[in-house]
Amino acid sequence: MTTQSTPSPQSTERAAMDAKVREAVGSAEQLQPVGPLSSSLIFTHRALLKIKHVPEQLLDVTMFPILFTLMFTYIFGGAIAGSTSAYIDYLTPGILVQTVVMITMYTAMTINNDIKKGVFDRIRSLPVWRPSLMVGALLGDTLRYTMASVVILVVTMLIGYRPPGGAVGVLLAVALLLVFCFSVSWIWTLLGLKLRSPESVMGVSMMVLFPLTFLSNVFVQIETMPGWLQPVVERNPVSILVDAVRSLMVGDPHGGSILQVLIISGILVAVFGPLTMRAYARKS
Amino acid sequence: MGCAYVGRMSDLAIETSGLVKVFGEHRAVDGVDLQVASGGVYGVLGPNGAGKTTTIRMLATLLKPDGGSARVLGHDVVAEAGAVRSRVAMTGQFASLDEDLTGLENLVMLAKLYGYRGAAARTRADQLLDAFDLTEAGTKQVKSYSGGMRRRIDIAGSIVVRPDLMFLDEPTTGLDPRSRNQVWDIVRALVGAGTTVLLTTQYLDEADQLADRIAVIDRGKVIAEGTTGELKASVGTGALRVRVADPADREQAATLLTEALGGEAVLERDPYALSLNVASPAEVPTALVRLRDHGVDVAEFSLGQPSLDEVFLALTGEHVAEVETDESEVPA
Repeated sequence: MTTQSTPSPQSTERAAMDAKVREAVGSAEQLQPVGPLSSSLIFTHRALLKIKHVPEQLLDVTMFPILFTLMFTYIFGGAIAGSTSAYIDYLTPGILVQTVVMITMYTAMTINNDIKKGVFDRIRSLPVWRPSLMVGALLGDTLRYTMASVVILVVTMLIGYRPPGGAVGVLLAVALLLVFCFSVSWIWTLLGLKLRSPESVMGVSMMVLFPLTFLSNVFVQIETMPGWLQPVVERNPVSILVDAVRSLMVGDPHGGSILQVLIISGILVAVFGPLTMRAYARKS
Repeated sequence: MGCAYVGRMSDLAIETSGLVKVFGEHRAVDGVDLQVASGGVYGVLGPNGAGKTTTIRMLATLLKPDGGSARVLGHDVVAEAGAVRSRVAMTGQFASLDEDLTGLENLVMLAKLYGYRGAAARTRADQLLDAFDLTEAGTKQVKSYSGGMRRRIDIAGSIVVRPDLMFLDEPTTGLDPRSRNQVWDIVRALVGAGTTVLLTTQYLDEADQLADRIAVIDRGKVIAEGTTGELKASVGTGALRVRVADPADREQAATLLTEALGGEAVLERDPYALSLNVASPAEVPTALVRLRDHGVDVAEFSLGQPSLDEVFLALTGEHVAEVETDESEVPA
């Protein structure tokens, strides 16, 4: 069956490779695979490496809000709030929420891409705790949300925003935002598992996120909207979140809306966490 | 190193019985029975959509069977999926590493997951890169790799720890001939180091070159199983091809050979050449002597086994769509 090839530079090269591959296989150590926490952190590290190699994924989602901030502040700010400086105080918490909520959909994109490229299969065939891929991705995403928050805060402060709630207010506001976005991410992990392509993920998330972030109090106060629209906007979870975040950054915390945000977050995880895990375990 | 495995050569690495997977109305895998011995390469050959990938995914615990059972290295793939996963490695049909990361980062990540700590993970990754001739490419993103490099880094990722059994799903689909040869060499080296390899392929040549035994799958069913020799023999014949020195002698040669060997001589387009299928190859030398005795000079002759394509044609009534796949899957 095997033919003896005549000696040539290529055959010595092949022999060398053969020896090295055998050596590499033979010298493999049989080790205990890492536990759930370590594997989750290894996947978190992977998410960070991805940000390093594909910084666009951060730029894409921060450039747009930066443009929005500048445009709304300088073009509409005077008309909406009387002066640009008055408006930026109002807008900053809103734009912060909008930006980070928008980025959450990248969770779905990443997972969907992993499935499409076979990374998912590879990782699920490893002897490690299977959900660690999801948990790691979500932890990585949370770090990404933090970075985006910092970018938005730096930009708005450069154009004159000074948070009345001080550093503590801002930190608490960002923390609340992260809790909410981490919870929302579970919706996206489910979508990422269920939808066929990254394109359809993009389409569906835009359909959900645009109304959610625009039918809200991100840009203008609810009282300025028509009466029939107000109840809708008031019940939008994003409006409640913006209200809570704004109150913290202003230094006058609204306990009611903060509590509501925490309850909504809890419900999201309670519902979409198990659904995601089930879809993940059954994923064919 | 191979010695440790000799004792287990008779063990079954894979044993399935009546394995079924249904997607909606489509029975992708429809009652597959396989027995794969430890050691060596087992080939699963079949055209696109035959159910090869689905079968391999069930064996690698990525997909739950809808019927039948499968044991891999003695463990049930459903009840003891964890035990299976700790001893097998799966290399999918597509690059199954993170394309955004570098080759090195991918391997370090896998090494850490498998339990290498800190600097040891880096050392192991470097060793693998070197073995697969990827040291230079190690610091580049996987997305910039050529098809052959991707397959190599993929396989490297599968042997971070030594798997007892390795699944390779169409390892050379879309590769250029040189890269294909490299992958073949790697597979042989893996086997030499004691790993059992189950590979799927739609290339007859590949199964012929690598596999000790082959299962031919079509429409979710195993339609033939055996060594390449057995499969070829099951079609019944070898083919004798003769070129005569003088085209005028060809008719006579055809008559003489038919008398001596039976079958039906086919006159080829080449005016010197004829061929016929031979039931008993042992008779061929006598038949050739007979040609000489009758004054027919033979310029060349060859006796070959039928190609796997002929086997496939005989088994399924269809040619394997090899040319078509080649053209559509070779990357630009």
